[in-house]
Amino acid sequence: MLSMILRRLASAIPSLIGVVIVTFVLTRALPGDPAAYYAGPAATKEAIEQIRVKLGLDKGLGEQFVDYVGALARGELGNSISTGQPVAHELLTRLPASIELTLLGLIFAIGVAVPLGVFAALRPNSWVDHVCRVIATAGVSLPIFFTGLLMIYVFYFLLGIAPPPLGRIEVFYSPPTHVTGFFLVDSLLDGDLGVFLAAVKQLVLPALTLGIFALAPIARMTRASMLSALSSDFVRTARASGLGSFKVVVGYALRNALLPVVTVLGMVFSFLLGANVLVEKVFAWPGIGSYAIEALIQSDYAPVQGFVLVMAFMYVGLNLAIDVLYGVIDPRISMAT
Amino acid sequence: MKSALAHARYVLGDNVVTAFAFGMFALFLVMAAVGPWIVPYDPLANGPNPLEPPSSRHWFGTDQTGRDIFSRVVAATQLDFAIAFASVALAFGAGTLAGIAAGFFGGWWERIIGRMVDTIMAFPLFVLAMGIVAAMGNTIFNIVLATGIINFPIYARVARAEANVIRNAGYIEAARIAGYGETRILFTQILPNIMPIMVVQISLTMGYAILNAAGLSFIGLGVRPPTAEWGIMVSDGANFIQNGQWWIAAFPGLVLMLAVFCFNLLGDGLRDMIDPRRRT
Amino acid sequence: MTPAAPLLEVKNLNVEFRTRAGTVKALERVGFSIGKGEAVAVVGESGSGKSVTAYAVMGILDRAARVTGGKVAFGDLDLLQASETDLADIRGREISMIFQNPRAALNPIRRVGDQIADVLIRHGNVKRADAPAKAVQLLATVGIPDPARRAGAYPFELSGGMCQRVMIAIALACDPQLLIADEPTTGLDVTTQAVIMDLVMELGRRRGMAMMLITHDLGMALEYCNRVVVMHAGHVVETAPTAELFRRPRHPYTAKLIAATPRPGTALRALASIPGAMPNLRNVSIPPCRYSPRCERFGSDCERPLPHFGEGGRMVSCWNPV
Repeated sequence: MLSMILRRLASAIPSLIGVVIVTFVLTRALPGDPAAYYAGPAATKEAIEQIRVKLGLDKGLGEQFVDYVGALARGELGNSISTGQPVAHELLTRLPASIELTLLGLIFAIGVAVPLGVFAALRPNSWVDHVCRVIATAGVSLPIFFTGLLMIYVFYFLLGIAPPPLGRIEVFYSPPTHVTGFFLVDSLLDGDLGVFLAAVKQLVLPALTLGIFALAPIARMTRASMLSALSSDFVRTARASGLGSFKVVVGYALRNALLPVVTVLGMVFSFLLGANVLVEKVFAWPGIGSYAIEALIQSDYAPVQGFVLVMAFMYVGLNLAIDVLYGVIDPRISMAT
Repeated sequence: MKSALAHARYVLGDNVVTAFAFGMFALFLVMAAVGPWIVPYDPLANGPNPLEPPSSRHWFGTDQTGRDIFSRVVAATQLDFAIAFASVALAFGAGTLAGIAAGFFGGWWERIIGRMVDTIMAFPLFVLAMGIVAAMGNTIFNIVLATGIINFPIYARVARAEANVIRNAGYIEAARIAGYGETRILFTQILPNIMPIMVVQISLTMGYAILNAAGLSFIGLGVRPPTAEWGIMVSDGANFIQNGQWWIAAFPGLVLMLAVFCFNLLGDGLRDMIDPRRRT
Repeated sequence: MTPAAPLLEVKNLNVEFRTRAGTVKALERVGFSIGKGEAVAVVGESGSGKSVTAYAVMGILDRAARVTGGKVAFGDLDLLQASETDLADIRGREISMIFQNPRAALNPIRRVGDQIADVLIRHGNVKRADAPAKAVQLLATVGIPDPARRAGAYPFELSGGMCQRVMIAIALACDPQLLIADEPTTGLDVTTQAVIMDLVMELGRRRGMAMMLITHDLGMALEYCNRVVVMHAGHVVETAPTAELFRRPRHPYTAKLIAATPRPGTALRALASIPGAMPNLRNVSIPPCRYSPRCERFGSDCERPLPHFGEGGRMVSCWNPV
């Protein structure tokens, strides 16, 4: 099994190299004068020249690339013009907010989509099946920022049951002691139920929005995979042996059907990480997405590029984790040397 | 051809939803083609009655500078469709050619194109589009380019898989023996065979391209105001939702959703028509 | 003729399939019986409805299938009218089934010992804690070497023959009265085929178990079974004790089948093939005798609805028998 993990790790390396190259090209291949971009719209000619030398933009491209890789290895992602802070530090501080949100959205999506897919597969062409298909198609058709706004309008403005979309926690509460950065975890570690609930309230709408978006591919894959499993030979044997329907559907069919669903999670993460940015803007969520958007408005480029790089690395890491997970839970792979 | 039409009618009759999607698509095409010329108000002109709710005078209401939202939504159809269409054409053209080359010729072609595809797919796609447009500036050309790049892998992969299958099938050898040159084989044998699958992909990708362009506009990386584009209209309207002025964001958002929905249904329907085995 | 009441009696079974292209009458007035401890072979070409009959008996037909008539008597119970709960109790405990392609018929991500234990636990024979040990015992009974270690194996780690032994272990775990074997040796090499069949017969004999062997191989029917039921295109065309069937087949189709079966001493060249093909059951206008288009004994009589001549152990469904 270890060799399988190592092999997967090795196959992720070319992707990482590709990411570094592409982000380098994006930072240096700006049309016009890159130094002017990094110096900012209000810079004088001398300031631009200073930036040029400071960032090494006067050297040859090859040398610049080596410098770039070296800086990355040291964890340096440049500085933000608007805040003056190192980008890497700001991203790190804001990362838990994004992760907490995305994880919750994913959990919600899986929690709804898998049962939906299972029910649709158990009753093909019934109204449940059609509802599942419509929900799935609508889920991908709705622009996620629109869904978010819709949620706010209905649940905050019309019904008044959701809090104002102003971030992770309402002003009356103070954030929990920072241990992990995840408010849900930290507030429980603090033993402060009030803060915990307040954090949950803020998380509900944005997580739901993300979840609705991710529902579709998961539900679709679960349904297709379950249909295939339910009509397989081994399920027929299980039925012929008189095993109870719960055992057959969940123990035999679903367990097998979930394997392809794991593989679809990679694509789901691609959607989610992109959608994260939009949701963070709609709900004023202080994660790395809104950090990048704020920087964009001010023509501050280093944060945006740092953001793209970090997102890509996270995504490669997630895909790797999914690959390894699949290899571990499918005995046909984990046991094959 | 006749049997293809008959089959199409059978599936359409069988599937009301797909017929409906075709109808919507036709309607959108008309809106895109003649929209800007038939709208009641100038989409870019400010008006005297800002923030007016939907009324008989302004069917979708007006926005914060008094512009008629209905006119803007209809006019935006042309821009959004044009962007989507151009990006898909780019992705399809480049992707299909690359994929066929990779699948058919193998060797270095396959390695290099494979690397390109893997590298693009190593990024969460929307984030990559953000990065490209942020780096190169938000012009419509760059939006089209970015959207085209992130959709390139899908076409390359499908084309490569199909070209691989066809390459190993007997009749390529037969064509070679008959003296057809490689390029001729490419165009007469491979291209027609992959077109059905590609058409399905195109329909699905159109929806995705529209969402992408709208998403970029929403975060300020898309078209610039006062251009009428669905995404930027929703972005503008977002500020007013909290005060209850829902119509500014709602109508462009709804129409956007309908357009994407229509393309998704269309794609599903086309997939059914082409290969009933693949019905999801 | 079996003196006691039959263990399983299928009467007038009709099964239809709804397809996009119309309704297919897959089984029409199928009837036969199996006595206690009897081994009955159900033979016919691919598509003759042998497996559909078995699935109908077990109640595991496809969703698109409809049982439109008939009765399947198992003891006092009519399996066609029984509730799903009753059926689930009977499956695996009173009537068991083994399938072809044994590796595909086992859960690929579950250890074989656990799969046997699942059935043991389900039918209440053993306590949860004792099930694994009993499973190992069963593996030994079906002749798997080193059963304790093998119980922890996954199907992909076992050969085809071993997978079939595992399936037999699952099927026999609760000592059923009837075992339905649907082409159990397809996909196995010839030596393994013989070994598996001997194993099944031996285990069956020891437990007084009846068997319904579905096969397209007449040779196997001859070797292992007391009686043969011959099916063609969803009809039972003839039933007879094995020896009699081979000595004196009465239905033209049976005669042709026997002539087409390879036997030692007969050159392959000498084998006669059966002309024509199975009728397309989607056609609306199928003649009452579905063999008539291929039959050389076809006469004007044959357009009438099919008869059933004979009683009990010997039956033929033909107006113009040999």
